[in-house]
Amino acid sequence: MKSKYEVLVIGGGPAGALAAKTAAEKGFSVCLVEKRPAIGAPVRCAEGIGKEALAEFIEPDSRWISAEMSGAGIVAPDGFEMTLESSMAGGKVGYILDRKIFDRELVWQAADAGADVYVKTRASAPIMHDGRLKGAQLECCGNVSKVMADVVIAADGVESKFGKWCGIDTTVPVREIMSSVQYVMTDIDINPHATIFYLGNEVAPEGYLWVFPKGKRAANVGIGISGRKSGKGHRAKDYLDRFVKQKFPHGKSIECIIGGVSVCRPLECTVADNLMLVGDAARVVDPLTGGGIYNAMFTGKLAAEVAADCIAKGDVSKKALMTYDREWRASKMGKSIERNYHIKEYMIKQPDEKLNAIIHSVSALDLTEFSTLTLIKELLKANPKLLIELGALAASIR
Amino acid sequence: MITNPVCKRSVKINETGLQHISRMLNVHRDICGYCGCCVSVCPEGALELIDAYLSVEENCTSCGICAKVCPLGALEVVHEK
Repeated sequence: MKSKYEVLVIGGGPAGALAAKTAAEKGFSVCLVEKRPAIGAPVRCAEGIGKEALAEFIEPDSRWISAEMSGAGIVAPDGFEMTLESSMAGGKVGYILDRKIFDRELVWQAADAGADVYVKTRASAPIMHDGRLKGAQLECCGNVSKVMADVVIAADGVESKFGKWCGIDTTVPVREIMSSVQYVMTDIDINPHATIFYLGNEVAPEGYLWVFPKGKRAANVGIGISGRKSGKGHRAKDYLDRFVKQKFPHGKSIECIIGGVSVCRPLECTVADNLMLVGDAARVVDPLTGGGIYNAMFTGKLAAEVAADCIAKGDVSKKALMTYDREWRASKMGKSIERNYHIKEYMIKQPDEKLNAIIHSVSALDLTEFSTLTLIKELLKANPKLLIELGALAASIR
Repeated sequence: MITNPVCKRSVKINETGLQHISRMLNVHRDICGYCGCCVSVCPEGALELIDAYLSVEENCTSCGICAKVCPLGALEVVHEK
Protein backbone atom coordinates (compact mmCIF):
# COMPACT_ATOMS: atom_id res chain seq x y z
CA MET A 1 0.00 0.00 0.00
CA LYS A 2 1.27 3.41 -0.94
CA SER A 3 1.00 6.31 1.49
CA LYS A 4 -0.59 8.62 -1.05
CA TYR A 5 -3.25 8.12 -3.72
CA GLU A 6 -5.24 10.51 -5.79
CA VAL A 7 -8.48 8.72 -4.93
CA LEU A 8 -9.21 6.66 -1.81
CA VAL A 9 -12.44 4.63 -1.94
CA ILE A 10 -13.90 3.32 1.32
CA GLY A 11 -16.09 0.28 0.74
CA GLY A 12 -16.05 -2.51 -1.84
CA GLY A 13 -19.74 -2.74 -2.79
CA PRO A 14 -21.10 -1.72 -6.20
CA ALA A 15 -20.73 2.02 -5.45
CA GLY A 16 -17.11 1.74 -4.34
CA ALA A 17 -16.21 -0.67 -7.13
CA LEU A 18 -17.60 1.58 -9.87
CA ALA A 19 -15.90 4.61 -8.31
CA ALA A 20 -12.55 2.83 -8.15
CA LYS A 21 -12.86 1.33 -11.63
CA THR A 22 -13.86 4.63 -13.22
CA ALA A 23 -11.07 6.65 -11.57
CA ALA A 24 -8.46 3.99 -12.38
CA GLU A 25 -9.54 3.82 -16.03
CA LYS A 26 -8.95 7.54 -16.24
CA GLY A 27 -5.37 6.96 -15.16
CA PHE A 28 -5.60 8.10 -11.57
CA SER A 29 -3.97 6.31 -8.66
CA VAL A 30 -6.74 4.60 -6.70
CA CYS A 31 -6.94 2.63 -3.48
CA LEU A 32 -10.08 0.74 -2.50
CA VAL A 33 -10.45 -0.63 1.02
CA GLU A 34 -13.08 -3.09 2.21
CA LYS A 35 -13.43 -3.80 5.93
CA ARG A 36 -14.80 -7.30 5.41
CA PRO A 37 -12.43 -10.16 4.63
CA ALA A 38 -14.30 -10.91 1.39
CA ILE A 39 -15.87 -8.77 -1.30
CA GLY A 40 -19.57 -9.59 -1.70
CA ALA A 41 -20.13 -11.29 1.62
CA PRO A 42 -22.14 -11.16 3.75
CA VAL A 43 -24.95 -10.28 1.34
CA ARG A 44 -27.28 -7.46 2.48
CA CYS A 45 -29.61 -7.43 -0.48
CA ALA A 46 -32.66 -8.94 -2.21
CA GLU A 47 -30.54 -8.88 -5.41
CA GLY A 48 -33.08 -7.60 -7.92
CA ILE A 49 -32.15 -5.18 -10.74
CA GLY A 50 -33.73 -4.10 -14.02
CA LYS A 51 -32.27 -5.49 -17.22
CA GLU A 52 -31.71 -2.13 -18.89
CA ALA A 53 -30.40 -0.56 -15.71
CA LEU A 54 -27.77 -3.25 -15.33
CA ALA A 55 -26.72 -3.01 -18.98
CA GLU A 56 -25.61 0.58 -18.45
CA PHE A 57 -22.70 -0.70 -16.41
CA ILE A 58 -21.86 -4.27 -17.24
CA GLU A 59 -22.51 -7.05 -19.75
CA PRO A 60 -24.84 -9.63 -18.21
CA ASP A 61 -22.98 -12.80 -17.29
CA SER A 62 -24.51 -16.12 -16.23
CA ARG A 63 -21.80 -16.49 -13.59
CA TRP A 64 -23.55 -13.91 -11.40
CA ILE A 65 -27.13 -14.03 -12.62
CA SER A 66 -29.23 -16.39 -10.52
CA ALA A 67 -32.47 -15.96 -12.45
CA GLU A 68 -34.12 -13.92 -15.19
CA MET A 69 -37.48 -12.27 -14.59
CA SER A 70 -40.25 -11.82 -17.11
CA GLY A 71 -43.05 -10.75 -14.82
CA ALA A 72 -44.14 -9.63 -11.41
CA GLY A 73 -47.02 -10.11 -9.05
CA ILE A 74 -48.42 -7.85 -6.40
CA VAL A 75 -50.48 -9.47 -3.66
CA ALA A 76 -53.00 -7.18 -2.02
CA PRO A 77 -53.71 -7.34 1.71
CA ASP A 78 -56.91 -9.32 0.95
CA GLY A 79 -54.87 -11.98 -0.87
CA PHE A 80 -55.83 -10.94 -4.41
CA GLU A 81 -52.84 -11.18 -6.75
CA MET A 82 -52.38 -8.95 -9.76
CA THR A 83 -49.82 -10.07 -12.29
CA LEU A 84 -47.68 -8.13 -14.71
CA GLU A 85 -46.22 -9.90 -17.70
CA SER A 86 -43.62 -8.31 -19.90
CA SER A 87 -44.52 -7.84 -23.54
CA MET A 88 -41.04 -6.65 -24.39
CA ALA A 89 -38.80 -8.53 -26.82
CA GLY A 90 -37.38 -11.62 -25.21
CA GLY A 91 -39.70 -11.10 -22.31
CA LYS A 92 -36.92 -10.52 -19.82
CA VAL A 93 -37.20 -7.38 -17.76
CA GLY A 94 -34.91 -7.99 -14.84
CA TYR A 95 -32.48 -10.20 -13.04
CA ILE A 96 -31.98 -11.62 -9.61
CA LEU A 97 -28.24 -11.47 -9.11
CA ASP A 98 -25.82 -13.51 -7.09
CA ARG A 99 -24.31 -10.59 -5.23
CA LYS A 100 -21.41 -12.59 -3.84
CA ILE A 101 -20.11 -13.18 -7.36
CA PHE A 102 -21.40 -9.92 -8.84
CA ASP A 103 -19.67 -7.68 -6.30
CA ARG A 104 -16.49 -9.69 -6.66
CA GLU A 105 -16.58 -9.22 -10.43
CA LEU A 106 -17.03 -5.45 -10.10
CA VAL A 107 -14.07 -5.12 -7.72
CA TRP A 108 -12.08 -7.47 -9.93
CA GLN A 109 -12.70 -5.09 -12.83
CA ALA A 110 -11.58 -2.16 -10.66
CA ALA A 111 -8.38 -4.05 -9.84
CA ASP A 112 -7.83 -4.88 -13.52
CA ALA A 113 -8.25 -1.20 -14.33
CA GLY A 114 -5.33 -0.47 -12.02
CA ALA A 115 -6.85 0.20 -8.61
CA ASP A 116 -5.11 -1.15 -5.51
CA VAL A 117 -7.54 -3.23 -3.44
CA TYR A 118 -7.22 -4.13 0.24
CA VAL A 119 -9.68 -6.35 2.10
CA LYS A 120 -10.08 -6.71 5.86
CA THR A 121 -8.93 -3.12 5.92
CA ARG A 122 -11.06 -0.59 7.72
CA ALA A 123 -11.01 3.19 7.56
CA SER A 124 -11.08 4.02 11.28
CA ALA A 125 -10.73 7.81 11.20
CA PRO A 126 -10.37 10.70 8.80
CA ILE A 127 -7.07 12.56 8.66
CA MET A 128 -7.73 16.28 8.93
CA HIS A 129 -5.29 19.17 8.42
CA ASP A 130 -6.37 22.77 8.91
CA GLY A 131 -9.99 21.66 8.83
CA ARG A 132 -9.63 19.84 5.53
CA LEU A 133 -9.84 16.14 4.85
CA LYS A 134 -6.45 14.79 3.76
CA GLY A 135 -6.94 11.05 3.89
CA ALA A 136 -7.84 8.26 6.24
CA GLN A 137 -6.36 6.15 8.97
CA LEU A 138 -6.59 2.51 7.95
CA GLU A 139 -6.50 -0.56 10.15
CA CYS A 140 -5.65 -4.03 8.90
CA CYS A 141 -5.01 -7.00 11.19
CA GLY A 142 -3.69 -4.79 13.97
CA ASN A 143 -1.59 -2.58 11.72
CA VAL A 144 -2.49 1.08 11.62
CA SER A 145 -1.43 3.13 8.62
CA LYS A 146 -2.15 6.52 7.17
CA VAL A 147 -3.13 7.00 3.56
CA MET A 148 -3.35 10.45 2.06
CA ALA A 149 -5.67 11.20 -0.83
CA ASP A 150 -6.79 14.17 -2.89
CA VAL A 151 -10.35 12.90 -2.78
CA VAL A 152 -11.94 10.35 -0.46
CA ILE A 153 -15.04 8.60 -1.80
CA ALA A 154 -17.09 7.18 1.06
CA ALA A 155 -18.96 4.13 -0.20
CA ASP A 156 -19.32 2.62 3.23
CA GLY A 157 -22.93 1.54 2.96
CA VAL A 158 -25.94 1.78 5.20
CA GLU A 159 -23.70 1.63 8.29
CA SER A 160 -21.62 4.53 6.91
CA LYS A 161 -19.50 6.33 9.48
CA PHE A 162 -16.95 8.21 7.43
CA GLY A 163 -19.30 11.03 6.43
CA LYS A 164 -20.41 11.44 10.03
CA TRP A 165 -16.80 11.68 11.20
CA CYS A 166 -16.35 14.49 8.66
CA GLY A 167 -19.35 16.42 9.96
CA ILE A 168 -22.09 15.23 7.60
CA ASP A 169 -25.29 14.12 9.31
CA THR A 170 -26.07 10.73 7.81
CA THR A 171 -28.54 9.62 10.50
CA VAL A 172 -31.57 7.84 9.03
CA PRO A 173 -34.92 8.69 10.70
CA VAL A 174 -36.30 5.68 12.60
CA ARG A 175 -39.45 5.53 10.49
CA GLU A 176 -37.33 5.53 7.33
CA ILE A 177 -35.08 2.59 8.01
CA MET A 178 -36.46 -0.65 6.65
CA SER A 179 -35.63 -3.27 9.23
CA SER A 180 -35.10 -6.30 7.02
CA VAL A 181 -34.62 -10.05 7.12
CA GLN A 182 -34.36 -12.50 4.24
CA TYR A 183 -33.98 -16.24 3.86
CA VAL A 184 -32.51 -17.86 0.80
CA MET A 185 -34.96 -20.74 0.54
CA THR A 186 -34.94 -23.91 -1.48
CA ASP A 187 -37.47 -26.62 -2.21
CA ILE A 188 -40.39 -24.21 -2.49
CA ASP A 189 -43.16 -23.94 -5.09
CA ILE A 190 -42.76 -20.66 -6.94
CA ASN A 191 -43.03 -19.08 -10.36
CA PRO A 192 -39.31 -19.06 -11.23
CA HIS A 193 -39.62 -16.03 -13.52
CA ALA A 194 -41.71 -13.59 -11.51
CA THR A 195 -40.96 -11.42 -8.52
CA ILE A 196 -43.84 -11.33 -6.04
CA PHE A 197 -44.53 -8.47 -3.66
CA TYR A 198 -46.89 -8.82 -0.68
CA LEU A 199 -48.42 -5.64 0.68
CA GLY A 200 -50.42 -4.94 3.80
CA ASN A 201 -50.18 -3.70 7.32
CA GLU A 202 -50.59 -7.21 8.69
CA VAL A 203 -47.97 -8.69 6.35
CA ALA A 204 -45.31 -5.96 6.34
CA PRO A 205 -46.22 -2.65 8.04
CA GLU A 206 -45.02 0.31 5.96
CA GLY A 207 -42.92 -2.00 3.87
CA TYR A 208 -43.38 -5.13 1.83
CA LEU A 209 -42.56 -8.78 1.75
CA TRP A 210 -40.90 -10.24 -1.31
CA VAL A 211 -40.27 -13.53 -3.06
CA PHE A 212 -37.48 -13.09 -5.62
CA PRO A 213 -36.69 -16.33 -7.49
CA LYS A 214 -33.12 -17.63 -7.44
CA GLY A 215 -33.85 -20.81 -9.38
CA LYS A 216 -36.63 -23.24 -10.26
CA ARG A 217 -37.46 -23.99 -6.65
CA ALA A 218 -35.39 -21.41 -4.82
CA ALA A 219 -35.93 -17.78 -3.90
CA ASN A 220 -34.93 -14.87 -1.71
CA VAL A 221 -37.86 -14.65 0.68
CA GLY A 222 -37.56 -11.47 2.64
CA ILE A 223 -39.26 -8.59 4.36
CA GLY A 224 -38.66 -4.96 5.22
CA ILE A 225 -40.75 -3.14 7.80
CA SER A 226 -40.50 0.43 9.01
CA GLY A 227 -38.25 0.92 12.02
CA ARG A 228 -41.10 2.60 13.85
CA LYS A 229 -43.25 -0.51 13.46
CA SER A 230 -40.49 -2.74 14.77
CA GLY A 231 -40.20 -3.83 18.38
CA LYS A 232 -40.08 -6.76 20.74
CA GLY A 233 -42.38 -9.52 19.47
CA HIS A 234 -43.09 -7.78 16.18
CA ARG A 235 -39.77 -7.48 14.44
CA ALA A 236 -39.00 -8.14 10.78
CA LYS A 237 -38.00 -11.70 11.65
CA ASP A 238 -41.29 -12.33 13.48
CA TYR A 239 -43.30 -11.24 10.43
CA LEU A 240 -41.16 -13.24 8.02
CA ASP A 241 -41.22 -16.40 10.12
CA ARG A 242 -45.01 -16.22 10.30
CA PHE A 243 -45.26 -15.85 6.51
CA VAL A 244 -42.78 -18.64 5.78
CA LYS A 245 -44.48 -21.03 8.19
CA GLN A 246 -47.79 -20.48 6.43
CA LYS A 247 -46.63 -20.18 2.81
CA PHE A 248 -43.55 -22.39 2.58
CA PRO A 249 -43.84 -24.80 5.53
CA HIS A 250 -41.62 -27.40 3.85
CA GLY A 251 -39.04 -24.99 2.44
CA LYS A 252 -35.47 -25.01 3.65
CA SER A 253 -33.50 -21.88 4.48
CA ILE A 254 -29.89 -22.15 3.41
CA GLU A 255 -28.95 -18.59 4.33
CA CYS A 256 -30.25 -15.93 6.70
CA ILE A 257 -29.62 -12.36 5.58
CA ILE A 258 -30.20 -9.36 7.82
CA GLY A 259 -30.01 -5.69 7.01
CA GLY A 260 -31.22 -2.13 7.09
CA VAL A 261 -32.40 -0.27 4.00
CA SER A 262 -32.82 3.50 4.09
CA VAL A 263 -35.93 4.88 2.39
CA CYS A 264 -35.40 8.48 3.44
CA ARG A 265 -34.56 11.38 1.16
CA PRO A 266 -30.91 11.44 0.06
CA LEU A 267 -28.44 13.45 2.17
CA GLU A 268 -28.95 17.20 1.90
CA CYS A 269 -25.46 17.45 0.49
CA THR A 270 -23.31 14.54 -0.68
CA VAL A 271 -19.96 16.34 -0.85
CA ALA A 272 -17.59 18.27 1.39
CA ASP A 273 -14.04 19.52 0.84
CA ASN A 274 -12.10 16.51 -0.53
CA LEU A 275 -15.01 14.17 0.24
CA MET A 276 -17.82 12.55 -1.74
CA LEU A 277 -20.51 10.15 -0.53
CA VAL A 278 -21.97 7.54 -2.86
CA GLY A 279 -24.49 4.69 -2.82
CA ASP A 280 -26.21 3.70 0.40
CA ALA A 281 -23.86 5.99 2.35
CA ALA A 282 -25.39 8.93 0.44
CA ARG A 283 -28.87 7.49 1.16
CA VAL A 284 -29.71 7.24 -2.54
CA VAL A 285 -31.70 4.01 -2.28
CA ASP A 286 -35.01 4.14 -4.19
CA PRO A 287 -37.45 4.98 -1.37
CA LEU A 288 -40.35 3.11 -2.97
CA THR A 289 -38.70 -0.15 -4.00
CA GLY A 290 -35.73 -0.21 -1.65
CA GLY A 291 -33.56 -0.98 -4.67
CA GLY A 292 -30.04 0.36 -4.41
CA ILE A 293 -27.71 -1.51 -6.76
CA TYR A 294 -28.21 0.71 -9.81
CA ASN A 295 -28.19 3.93 -7.79
CA ALA A 296 -24.97 2.84 -6.10
CA MET A 297 -23.23 2.12 -9.40
CA PHE A 298 -24.55 5.34 -10.93
CA THR A 299 -23.40 7.59 -8.09
CA GLY A 300 -20.10 5.71 -7.74
CA LYS A 301 -19.25 6.18 -11.39
CA LEU A 302 -20.40 9.80 -11.52
CA ALA A 303 -18.48 10.69 -8.35
CA ALA A 304 -15.27 9.30 -9.82
CA GLU A 305 -15.77 11.18 -13.08
CA VAL A 306 -16.25 14.46 -11.23
CA ALA A 307 -13.37 13.70 -8.84
CA ALA A 308 -11.07 13.00 -11.80
CA ASP A 309 -12.04 16.26 -13.42
CA CYS A 310 -11.54 18.24 -10.21
CA ILE A 311 -8.18 16.61 -9.40
CA ALA A 312 -6.97 17.37 -12.93
CA LYS A 313 -7.95 21.02 -12.45
CA GLY A 314 -6.31 21.16 -9.02
CA ASP A 315 -9.48 22.07 -7.13
CA VAL A 316 -11.12 19.46 -4.93
CA SER A 317 -13.02 21.89 -2.72
CA LYS A 318 -16.64 21.30 -1.81
CA LYS A 319 -17.59 23.94 -4.34
CA ALA A 320 -15.80 22.12 -7.15
CA LEU A 321 -17.09 18.68 -6.14
CA MET A 322 -20.66 20.03 -5.99
CA THR A 323 -20.90 19.23 -9.71
CA TYR A 324 -21.41 15.62 -8.63
CA ASP A 325 -24.19 16.54 -6.21
CA ARG A 326 -25.98 18.67 -8.79
CA GLU A 327 -25.63 16.13 -11.57
CA TRP A 328 -27.02 13.12 -9.74
CA ARG A 329 -29.96 15.16 -8.45
CA ALA A 330 -30.73 16.36 -11.99
CA SER A 331 -30.35 12.86 -13.44
CA LYS A 332 -33.15 10.45 -14.18
CA MET A 333 -32.11 8.58 -11.04
CA GLY A 334 -32.28 11.71 -8.87
CA LYS A 335 -35.69 12.66 -10.18
CA SER A 336 -36.92 9.12 -9.78
CA ILE A 337 -35.85 9.11 -6.11
CA GLU A 338 -37.71 12.37 -5.46
CA ARG A 339 -40.84 11.15 -7.22
CA ASN A 340 -40.79 7.73 -5.57
CA TYR A 341 -40.24 9.31 -2.18
CA HIS A 342 -43.60 11.07 -2.49
CA ILE A 343 -45.31 7.91 -3.70
CA LYS A 344 -43.82 5.94 -0.82
CA GLU A 345 -45.00 8.54 1.67
CA TYR A 346 -48.49 8.25 0.21
CA MET A 347 -48.57 4.46 0.07
CA ILE A 348 -47.45 3.87 3.66
CA LYS A 349 -50.35 5.96 4.95
CA GLN A 350 -53.00 3.86 3.23
CA PRO A 351 -55.11 1.41 5.19
CA ASP A 352 -55.41 -2.12 3.84
CA GLU A 353 -58.87 -1.45 2.35
CA LYS A 354 -57.43 1.34 0.22
CA LEU A 355 -54.49 -0.80 -0.89
CA ASN A 356 -56.95 -3.53 -1.88
CA ALA A 357 -58.98 -1.07 -3.95
CA ILE A 358 -55.89 0.32 -5.68
CA ILE A 359 -54.49 -3.08 -6.60
CA HIS A 360 -57.85 -4.40 -7.82
CA SER A 361 -58.26 -1.36 -10.06
CA VAL A 362 -54.82 -1.65 -11.62
CA SER A 363 -55.17 -5.36 -12.30
CA ALA A 364 -58.01 -4.65 -14.70
CA LEU A 365 -55.68 -2.64 -16.93
CA ASP A 366 -53.61 -3.89 -19.82
CA LEU A 367 -50.06 -2.81 -19.10
CA THR A 368 -47.87 -2.79 -22.17
CA GLU A 369 -44.68 -1.40 -20.71
CA PHE A 370 -43.03 -2.78 -17.62
CA SER A 371 -41.70 -0.35 -15.07
CA THR A 372 -42.49 1.15 -11.71
CA LEU A 373 -43.30 4.44 -13.42
CA THR A 374 -45.73 2.82 -15.85
CA LEU A 375 -47.40 1.06 -12.98
CA ILE A 376 -47.76 4.33 -11.07
CA LYS A 377 -49.11 6.14 -14.13
CA GLU A 378 -51.71 3.46 -14.73
CA LEU A 379 -52.53 3.42 -11.07
CA LEU A 380 -53.30 7.12 -11.25
CA LYS A 381 -55.41 6.73 -14.37
CA ALA A 382 -57.51 4.11 -12.64
CA ASN A 383 -57.77 6.15 -9.46
CA PRO A 384 -58.21 9.80 -10.47
CA LYS A 385 -58.74 10.75 -6.85
CA LEU A 386 -55.15 9.77 -6.15
CA LEU A 387 -54.03 12.64 -8.32
CA ILE A 388 -55.62 15.08 -5.93
CA GLU A 389 -54.31 13.25 -2.89
CA LEU A 390 -50.79 13.18 -4.28
CA GLY A 391 -50.95 16.90 -4.92
CA ALA A 392 -48.03 18.62 -6.55
CA LEU A 393 -46.35 15.33 -7.26
CA ALA A 394 -48.93 14.39 -9.86
CA ALA A 395 -47.52 16.87 -12.34
CA SER A 396 -44.14 15.17 -12.34
CA ILE A 397 -45.66 11.80 -13.14
CA ARG A 398 -47.91 12.59 -16.08
CA MET B 1 -8.78 3.12 19.86
CA ILE B 2 -11.04 0.20 19.20
CA THR B 3 -13.13 -0.92 22.11
CA ASN B 4 -15.56 -3.75 22.12
CA PRO B 5 -17.74 -3.48 25.16
CA VAL B 6 -20.73 -5.73 25.64
CA CYS B 7 -22.61 -2.88 27.31
CA LYS B 8 -22.38 0.79 28.12
CA ARG B 9 -23.97 2.50 31.09
CA SER B 10 -25.39 5.99 31.14
CA VAL B 11 -27.06 7.77 34.03
CA LYS B 12 -30.17 9.82 33.37
CA ILE B 13 -32.49 11.83 35.60
CA ASN B 14 -36.15 10.95 35.08
CA GLU B 15 -39.01 13.40 34.46
CA THR B 16 -39.47 14.27 38.12
CA GLY B 17 -35.81 14.99 38.47
CA LEU B 18 -35.86 13.24 41.83
CA GLN B 19 -34.78 9.78 40.95
CA HIS B 20 -31.71 8.56 39.17
CA ILE B 21 -32.28 5.84 36.64
CA SER B 22 -29.37 4.03 35.18
CA ARG B 23 -29.76 2.70 31.64
CA MET B 24 -27.51 0.39 29.79
CA LEU B 25 -27.34 -0.83 26.22
CA ASN B 26 -26.74 -4.55 26.03
CA VAL B 27 -25.55 -6.12 22.81
CA HIS B 28 -26.51 -9.77 22.63
CA ARG B 29 -23.69 -10.88 20.43
CA ASP B 30 -25.15 -14.34 19.99
CA ILE B 31 -28.23 -12.77 18.36
CA CYS B 32 -26.59 -9.87 16.45
CA GLY B 33 -26.25 -10.43 12.71
CA TYR B 34 -23.78 -7.51 12.42
CA CYS B 35 -25.86 -5.95 9.64
CA GLY B 36 -25.45 -2.28 10.56
CA CYS B 37 -29.15 -1.37 10.60
CA CYS B 38 -28.74 0.08 14.12
CA VAL B 39 -25.68 2.11 13.14
CA SER B 40 -27.65 4.05 10.54
CA VAL B 41 -30.26 5.31 13.00
CA CYS B 42 -28.05 6.14 15.99
CA PRO B 43 -28.46 9.91 16.54
CA GLU B 44 -25.24 10.09 18.55
CA GLY B 45 -23.06 8.20 16.11
CA ALA B 46 -22.22 5.96 19.04
CA LEU B 47 -22.40 2.67 17.18
CA GLU B 48 -19.94 1.29 14.68
CA LEU B 49 -19.95 -1.96 12.79
CA ILE B 50 -16.41 -3.27 12.82
CA ASP B 51 -16.52 -6.24 10.45
CA ALA B 52 -18.18 -8.91 12.53
CA TYR B 53 -18.97 -7.12 15.75
CA LEU B 54 -20.79 -4.03 16.93
CA SER B 55 -18.89 -1.41 18.85
CA VAL B 56 -20.67 0.89 21.34
CA GLU B 57 -18.85 4.12 22.11
CA GLU B 58 -18.86 6.21 25.30
CA ASN B 59 -21.33 8.74 23.94
CA CYS B 60 -24.19 6.20 23.84
CA THR B 61 -27.17 7.67 25.69
CA SER B 62 -29.08 4.37 25.83
CA CYS B 63 -31.95 6.04 23.96
CA GLY B 64 -33.07 2.67 22.63
CA ILE B 65 -33.64 3.65 18.99
CA CYS B 66 -31.19 0.97 17.86
CA ALA B 67 -32.93 -1.64 20.00
CA LYS B 68 -36.25 -0.80 18.38
CA VAL B 69 -35.13 -1.17 14.76
CA CYS B 70 -32.92 -4.25 15.12
CA PRO B 71 -34.36 -6.90 12.77
CA LEU B 72 -33.39 -9.68 15.18
CA GLY B 73 -33.75 -8.07 18.59
CA ALA B 74 -30.07 -8.23 19.49
CA LEU B 75 -30.01 -4.90 21.31
CA GLU B 76 -31.65 -4.22 24.63
CA VAL B 77 -31.77 -1.21 26.92
CA VAL B 78 -31.79 -2.37 30.50
CA HIS B 79 -33.27 -0.05 33.12
CA GLU B 80 -32.00 -0.18 36.67
CA LYS B 81 -33.43 1.97 39.43
